[in-house]
Amino acid sequence: MSLVLSDIVLTYPDGDRRLTALDGVTLEVAPGEFTAVVGPSGSGKSSLLAVAATLLTPDSGRVLIGGQDAATLNDKQRTALRRDGIGIVFQQSNLLASLTAVEQLQAVAHLRGEKPRAVAARAESLLASVGIGDGKQHRRPHQLSGGERQRVNIARALFAEPSVLLVDEPTSALDHERGEQIVGLLARITREHGTATVMVTHDKAQLATADRVLEMVDGRLGEAVAA
Amino acid sequence: MFVALRDIRFAKGRFALMGAVVTLITTLVVFLYGLTGGLASAASSSIAQLPAKDIVFGAPQGAAPEVSFSNSGIAPQQEQAFAAAPGIGKVEPFGVAMSRLTGGSGAISVSVFGAPADLLPPVVSGTAPQPGQVAVGQKVADDSGLHVGDKVSVGGRTLTVSAITADRSYAHAPSVWTTPDTWSLATGAKQPGALAVDPGSADLAALDKAQNTETVSRDAALAGIDGYSAEQGSLQMIQGFLFAVSALVVGAFFTVWTVQRKADIAVLKAVGASSGYLIRDALAQAVAMLAAGALSGALIGLAGGAVLGGSGMPFTLGAATVAVPVVVMVLLGLGGAALAVRRITSVDPLTALGANR
Repeated sequence: MSLVLSDIVLTYPDGDRRLTALDGVTLEVAPGEFTAVVGPSGSGKSSLLAVAATLLTPDSGRVLIGGQDAATLNDKQRTALRRDGIGIVFQQSNLLASLTAVEQLQAVAHLRGEKPRAVAARAESLLASVGIGDGKQHRRPHQLSGGERQRVNIARALFAEPSVLLVDEPTSALDHERGEQIVGLLARITREHGTATVMVTHDKAQLATADRVLEMVDGRLGEAVAA
Repeated sequence: MFVALRDIRFAKGRFALMGAVVTLITTLVVFLYGLTGGLASAASSSIAQLPAKDIVFGAPQGAAPEVSFSNSGIAPQQEQAFAAAPGIGKVEPFGVAMSRLTGGSGAISVSVFGAPADLLPPVVSGTAPQPGQVAVGQKVADDSGLHVGDKVSVGGRTLTVSAITADRSYAHAPSVWTTPDTWSLATGAKQPGALAVDPGSADLAALDKAQNTETVSRDAALAGIDGYSAEQGSLQMIQGFLFAVSALVVGAFFTVWTVQRKADIAVLKAVGASSGYLIRDALAQAVAMLAAGALSGALIGLAGGAVLGGSGMPFTLGAATVAVPVVVMVLLGLGGAALAVRRITSVDPLTALGANR
């Protein structure tokens, strides 16, 4: 398995008591598997994603990324794990405003110590594979449509060739048609790149291409409701 | 510096504005350095360029010696004691007094030095003055139309110009040079004011104690020129304030800039950027802006200095006096920026995820 969450409990302080965001969550995602997690706002979807991304440390339970136990890593090692092993697709506004599409990917390579110029061709090729070509790869985020920004977002997450792809509400700012295209793209990429993909969304209309659909309710991850 | 440079390119208006502020402050500091150097030279070049390592100030018995050319006086026995000290090098008595030189095309205020020929500035033409003669600087000669052999009046005494020397000045008055005896007659001074000393291996501390004198280095002796320390101190204080203002302004800019970039920083951290990487990136941005601004300021300062220097204003700039403000501006600005970008470490990458934004 590329991603294993085992009996995860996560609580937040809430006044005098603690609020349980994740309550014994267990999830295993294999390479090439596209898993969707749906649920209403506040159900714990984003907390699940944050724990899987090693951005939050759970109160208990284990997080394994590519077989590596996140609990045994220090901050620096967790940063390196995120850089090399985890791709995160953020909501559409999370591209860096000062960088063109291709530079968004080059920045990721720069974090890994690679020369941006040396990876330019690979970045353009990846962008083309997600539908960003014809000069659009040299545009900044404000010069792209919402759907195009999300495609760049996906390419950026994939550029380091991660084993795990975590996707945060990718269709939240898109109309139905564009949302469907993006989810379809994620499903294709998952299979082509062999990533273990977890997509959280509140939009139940975009799940047809997912291998598995799980539902999060009050911090508990329920059985698959559709596939 | 990958993101840093592209941020500058993207937000070029903001960075240009900030760079312009750094340029203007650097220009001002360079001007002040030039003015400080020019005024220092006008106030002290006669002393600062004396061919001596130390200067001895004296006081009458019972009074404490002080570093002051106005109040110092060297008695004959003090001069003899220094001259006879074992291991001592050269000991040359000299005095300085303010007076008026009349001759040529008019009258000007001058500082009159009574000194042996060894202490004279380089002679451009003529010969070192003998009793009844005086050497004048090139500028005095040019401005007053004086030549070797002309008669001038100094302190009511008529003297013959024996030499034209390199320009020197003291207390903002051009210096003229004559022999100690002629100087005494022209100024009414009864004894030299100080000794120019090459100490050799002599124990100057013991001599000072025994002779009620105070020996200081030639550079430290500049504080003995009336008004020199106050003048230089005021200008240096302004320079210090400008440096502090610059560091604060740059720090404030990068504080606001870092706050504006928090979302980007969170995203970069979430995708694997370490705080160290982001801080280096931000500081590289600061260095690029500061270096560009400070170098532009230095160039403007140099150009302006060339104009001012040619207009007769006391203004002296050299490579070091331009390099110092540039380096200090960059370092202090970087310090201000470093304090500002510290907050990068506190940005939580979790905020990059949707539910937390």
